[in-house]
Amino acid sequence: MQELAITVIGRDRPGIVADVAGVLAGLGANLTDSTMTRLRGHFAMTLVCNGPEAGAVEAALAPLTADGQLLATVRAVEPDAGGAPQGEPYLVSVHGADRLGIVAAVTRVVEEEGGNVTDLTTRLTGPLYLLIAEVDLPPDTAERLADRLHAVAKELDVEVTLRHAESDLL
Amino acid sequence: MTAPIDDLAGWTPDALGEPGTPRTVVTAPDPALSRPGTEVDPCDPETVRLAADLIATMRVSPGCVGLAAPQVGVSAQVFCVNVVGHPKAVTVHGTFALCNATVVEASRWRPGREGCMSVPDLTGDVKRASRLVVEAQMPGTGVTVKFAADGFEARALQHEIDHCSGLLFLDRVAGAHAVYQRKVYL
Ligand SMILES: [Zn+2]
Repeated sequence: MQELAITVIGRDRPGIVADVAGVLAGLGANLTDSTMTRLRGHFAMTLVCNGPEAGAVEAALAPLTADGQLLATVRAVEPDAGGAPQGEPYLVSVHGADRLGIVAAVTRVVEEEGGNVTDLTTRLTGPLYLLIAEVDLPPDTAERLADRLHAVAKELDVEVTLRHAESDLL
Repeated sequence: MTAPIDDLAGWTPDALGEPGTPRTVVTAPDPALSRPGTEVDPCDPETVRLAADLIATMRVSPGCVGLAAPQVGVSAQVFCVNVVGHPKAVTVHGTFALCNATVVEASRWRPGREGCMSVPDLTGDVKRASRLVVEAQMPGTGVTVKFAADGFEARALQHEIDHCSGLLFLDRVAGAHAVYQRKVYL
């Protein structure tokens, strides 16, 4: 058994997740963390599982991709022993007219302030562009990052907010 | 008898007559967390000891503002809450335990991100009523109370009442991408 990183991308149709999960279960591969969404209507799934050798998994997925509508990749990865992510969770929201380089500019500033993007979604609907990112920040950097994000947003003529995404233990 | 609204009939943990002993908190997927709790007799010595132990366990758990019987492996409708000093608290009824609590009214639904001692590695976005009326019985005295809670105390009450029904916040998350890995604070 080894850790495998698998991506499946292509034309959406009902049943892809069930098909992929069925193939993996049939191989005794245990699906651990996964995420799936639709990106402009395309099916997009990324997952990590513990399974047999990558070639065997790729071969087992081949019937699903044979018609050329889906692309699947399988790669062995080193298990990441790192514990829970460190830092304070914040949410960055950006919206405005679509501009080249919004994601690049925003995430670069986050990186330069020592932050780490842990989750990100962007959507373009009509003329509206939206970016939502979960970021982990080192202590006492939020204010500075907020200032820099506002400067970037001004240049790009978009709106930006940085909010603490704190959770309450109940 | 039913005490007036917004009053816990003068109840304090002293009514339990014992300090309680901390118990071990179980974590998911322990089946105890998914079993609906049974109704209890609020004056049964076992219920009183359970309430005292829940309060004692809550007191020794850093950041803990509520704890329900299923979290210590007991399928019973008993829980305790204490939001004293919490920055988001609106109403504050001090440290209290309730038996057989039910939600009478719930309104002003608001999203918020919750964690749970029994789900140590995840948090999730959950919509909860920020205005709540609860009816319950006080352990030890058996007095029935009906009271209103707002803001964070209302959220805590709903979270604990859910525990007593065998539900976790995971059963109520707002969407497929509304669960997060819990952060370790630096
Ligand atoms: Zn809980």
